[in-house]
Amino acid sequence: MAKITYKHPNGTVTIVDVQAPNTVMRGAKLNNVDGIEAQCGGSAQCGTCHVYVDEANTLPLPEMDSVEDDVLYGTACERTEFSRLSCQLPVGDEIDGLLVHLPEAQS
Amino acid sequence: MAAHAVVVVGAGQAGFDTACALRSRGFRGRITLIGDEPPGPSYRPPLSKGYLAGTVAAEEIALRPPSFYTEQDIELLPGDRVASLDRERRTVLLESGLRLPYDNLVLATGSRPRTLPVPGASLTGVLSLRGLADAEDLRLRLSGPPRRLVVVGAGFIGLEVAATARGLGHDVTVVEAQPRALARALTPTVSDRIVAEHRERGVRVLLGREVTALFGDAEGRVQVMELDGGERIAADLIVVGVGVLPNIELALAADLLVGDGVVVDAQLRTSDPDIFALGDCARFPSPHAGRHVRVESVQNASDQAKCVAAAICGEPYAYTAVPWFWSEQYALRLQIAGLTAGHDETVTVGDLADGKFSVFCFRGGRLTGVESVNRPADHGIARRLLTAGTDLSPETVREPGFDLKRLPRTPTTPTASPSRTTTQERLSVHA
Ligand SMILES: Cc1cc2nc3c(=O)[nH]c(=O)nc-3n(C[C@H](O)[C@H](O)[C@H](O)COP(=O)(O)OP(=O)(O)OC[C@H]3O[C@@H](n4cnc5c(N)ncnc54)[C@H](O)[C@@H]3O)c2cc1C
Ligand code: FES
Repeated sequence: MAKITYKHPNGTVTIVDVQAPNTVMRGAKLNNVDGIEAQCGGSAQCGTCHVYVDEANTLPLPEMDSVEDDVLYGTACERTEFSRLSCQLPVGDEIDGLLVHLPEAQS
Repeated sequence: MAAHAVVVVGAGQAGFDTACALRSRGFRGRITLIGDEPPGPSYRPPLSKGYLAGTVAAEEIALRPPSFYTEQDIELLPGDRVASLDRERRTVLLESGLRLPYDNLVLATGSRPRTLPVPGASLTGVLSLRGLADAEDLRLRLSGPPRRLVVVGAGFIGLEVAATARGLGHDVTVVEAQPRALARALTPTVSDRIVAEHRERGVRVLLGREVTALFGDAEGRVQVMELDGGERIAADLIVVGVGVLPNIELALAADLLVGDGVVVDAQLRTSDPDIFALGDCARFPSPHAGRHVRVESVQNASDQAKCVAAAICGEPYAYTAVPWFWSEQYALRLQIAGLTAGHDETVTVGDLADGKFSVFCFRGGRLTGVESVNRPADHGIARRLLTAGTDLSPETVREPGFDLKRLPRTPTTPTASPSRTTTQERLSVHA
């Protein structure tokens, strides 16, 4: 179980508990957090689950693979060094307290 | 707007997303979602891929947990069907006998698989794949010892089922009436590569061949498929994937304008302005195709849902989202951005031999779509370019060393609320 915080562009914050083996994307879906579309359902195809990991993050996240890196070229909002696909971020105890920022638009 | 009631017919991707988009926009009226598939709104793509292979669980198919509907005050009536519409009184009648009033009605009835018009098509062991129940049945039949599976139709669903079944070790044959696979959807370059992959994996792919009859044993179980020319193939299991038909019966009976799909305008309104139609069942004017089309994809259902919700909330806009689609077969990651049918020129970038390439499709020198195989960056960037209306000439793409990743990033207009000017321009350019 991990607490994940989703921060919306308007400043609203939603904090939810997410169980393993979900992803940060599914954590949003299961808890009705708006702002992540995930049209491909988590198969790293669509880029509509884009999030920005908080700049101050020190929690261990998996390295980005080449598919995720490629898909991030197609996001609706600008990609930054903090960009990730939330469907490629598995949830476990080690990321308890993760803060992600949602982009203005996903498609 | 408190008294406003929206009734959504069909609790699939399009109906579910409409209900969500209404609430996201702050709609406070009553939302009733009626669906005849008992488990409630679920996601179909894994049914021919991960769910069939056993790597995706049933819980992961549900679009949301049951608590969602209570939290969002969406009245879900699963396991019921809308039997008829009364447009004059603005009510719908359900099979359970319930009558519901509406201010706006949304037809999100989807589509159903076409059946095979040959003798023997109703034998046991002849299946089609649409819902969770179909997928469960097929998964069960594929979970035992190797079977002789024949897939009729080399479309996306047929080929995905073939790939999944082959991956599980079954003996698989694909029979397609057209001279090539995915003929309506893809360029020959990509469809040939996909067929080559199936053949390399040991699937027998018969192109330009028609099924003429199916024969069964004494218990009515399918045993043999007969093709034109008389060839016979032994089969324990047949999956028919020869396309779908839009569910238009309700609209037809209610005298709405119907063609191959419920005909809607740019805001997805039917010929009755209080009634909308979207998703697989709707035939809409596409600025990308330059004519009315029906599109069967998650993207189309989801993006149209936002457009319908906006119109119901009094902020209508024309539907102009760039269509996109994906398919997964073996390790092939196939992605299509835009509409590639009707092109008059293509340029292929990348390496066909190592299976990483994109086909850029042009009409009259303008980019209309990109088909990518294992080149996800091309796909995403192409979607952005098409959304922004940025042009890319065939000459540019043909230049040695061309790489979409190196193009400067152009800002895109989010499709959720495109500005009026963009919409107008696009519609007139393609009209
Ligand atoms: C096996 C499979 C794999 C797919 N893979 C992909 C993919 O990889 N990528 C992709 O983009 N798309 C894919 N698709 C297509 C995508 O799932 C559809 O385009 C999408 O589901 C369309 O949504 P919809 O809401 O219009 O229709 P549906 O999801 O079919 O929903 C319509 C619902 O309405 C119900 N209904 C109909 N009439 C009534 C009535 N009178 N009363 C009550 N309920 C009614 C139907 O039973 C159904 O549940 C796939 C489809 C299938 C079947
Ligand atoms: S859900 Fe599509 S890329 Fe993450």
